Amino acid sequence: MSYLADVGTLAAKDLRLELRSRDTVPAMLLFVVSTLVVFNFALPVGASAEAAYGLLWAALVFTAILGLTRAFAAEREQRVLDGLVLAPSDRSAIWLGKTIAVVVFLALAEAVALPAFALFFEPVSWELVAAVALASVGFAAVGTLLAAMAAASRARELLLPLLFLPLVIPIVVGGVGASIGDDPGRYLGFLALYDLIFAILSWASFEYVVTE
Amino acid sequence: MLAAAAAGLLLVGIALAFYWVPNAPIEGFRQRIFYIHVPIALTAYACFFWAAWKALRLLWTRDQSYDLESYTAVHIGVIFGILTLVTGSIWARTSWNTWWAWEERQLVLFLVLFLFYSAYFMLRFSVDPGPRRASMSAVYALFGVVLIPVSFLAIRLAEGLIHPVVFDEEVNTRLTASQFLTFIVCFAGMLALAASLYVNELTGKRVDERLRELREALS
Amino acid sequence: MTTAEKYVTAAYLVVLAVVLAYLVIYAFKLSRLDRETSELLELARRRKEASPEPEPEREEVAG
Repeated sequence: MSYLADVGTLAAKDLRLELRSRDTVPAMLLFVVSTLVVFNFALPVGASAEAAYGLLWAALVFTAILGLTRAFAAEREQRVLDGLVLAPSDRSAIWLGKTIAVVVFLALAEAVALPAFALFFEPVSWELVAAVALASVGFAAVGTLLAAMAAASRARELLLPLLFLPLVIPIVVGGVGASIGDDPGRYLGFLALYDLIFAILSWASFEYVVTE
Repeated sequence: MLAAAAAGLLLVGIALAFYWVPNAPIEGFRQRIFYIHVPIALTAYACFFWAAWKALRLLWTRDQSYDLESYTAVHIGVIFGILTLVTGSIWARTSWNTWWAWEERQLVLFLVLFLFYSAYFMLRFSVDPGPRRASMSAVYALFGVVLIPVSFLAIRLAEGLIHPVVFDEEVNTRLTASQFLTFIVCFAGMLALAASLYVNELTGKRVDERLRELREALS
Repeated sequence: MTTAEKYVTAAYLVVLAVVLAYLVIYAFKLSRLDRETSELLELARRRKEASPEPEPEREEVAG
């Protein structure tokens, strides 16, 4: 039970930090809305509804990258991560706490992005909301692990998108499929499967990424 | 020994593929790309799985020597992956008169994997050498092999809605005896080739390491 | 040669080209390693001449 307490403490720390500094989430909000506006100009006149949904998912992916780049930035600046790693708690708790915080950030961004999308482009169905929720878990799960890797490198912000994009292609497929396909249930199921597999994998391997 | 086996098997295999095996009934002569394209693709997968196995051993035992083995396996795998994309592209050109076909699941899968493992090298080059880099590379290599089936599933799901399968060629999926034999010989040859390249490269990297240490010890 | 034959042969040739390129790269690497080992051998020899103390005779260790 102390494991969950650790997780809670870590997640709460990140959320509190964000509440005080307010640098990541507002940036994500503005970014996603700006991107959607850019997409309006990027889409040609006769563009289909499907294309708009596709671009929504592209916007979500890049917004996730933006948020994740910040995920370990604070730790890096203050070497907190080293301290956390030395702490007696299970290292995977760091991953879980961080992932929960990232999901919250993404949820906040999506709470603005989806209404904006519905306003600018196409209606938003419940399947789309479910897909976005599942996708956010997937983004956060692998993104947190990859952000930890990128934080340890010299390339940092440059490296994270390169690591992130190939891994989340399945999420995009699942998300777009749930948005426009005839059988969204299949795609939602796939997203759930992706989340399960990669969350477990990320949770189990985080320890090896942050220690020597 | 390994290189000799590779040379022998491949020579025999290619000879079989060009001279012995009969033309496929519907596609004709161009089907023969199959005998080099598919073995290369399967060998690439084998390399990635080998890399993941070595990565797992590294994380398990903390024995740093596995790092070089895993890295070399990924390197060979990427080389074979590029060859898969090139030969697959040529095959697409002969079949559908286009250099790329999003309908070809294997090709798209290899593109995703190519991107993924290219990022592996970016990761390695931007982290200082040491046990940390070894662990991170190992975790990433493990993610790679998990990505293979997940991506394949995703690509299958994507087919229906993004790129409708327009070309539904009557490809006979059952191989005749002669085709199967040719394929097996070529496949064995490719595996042997990959293995000999792997041993070659690994030895080269190990010698590099030893020379560096020797230089430091002497100066 | 028909078009199909041209493309099929091209595919096989690409594979050959990559393997040969690999071979060439390794030939260069091998000659570099050769050069480095001879340099290090020189270094070791000079060190041995520079140190005047005689090397103690090493016993043959069993096993």
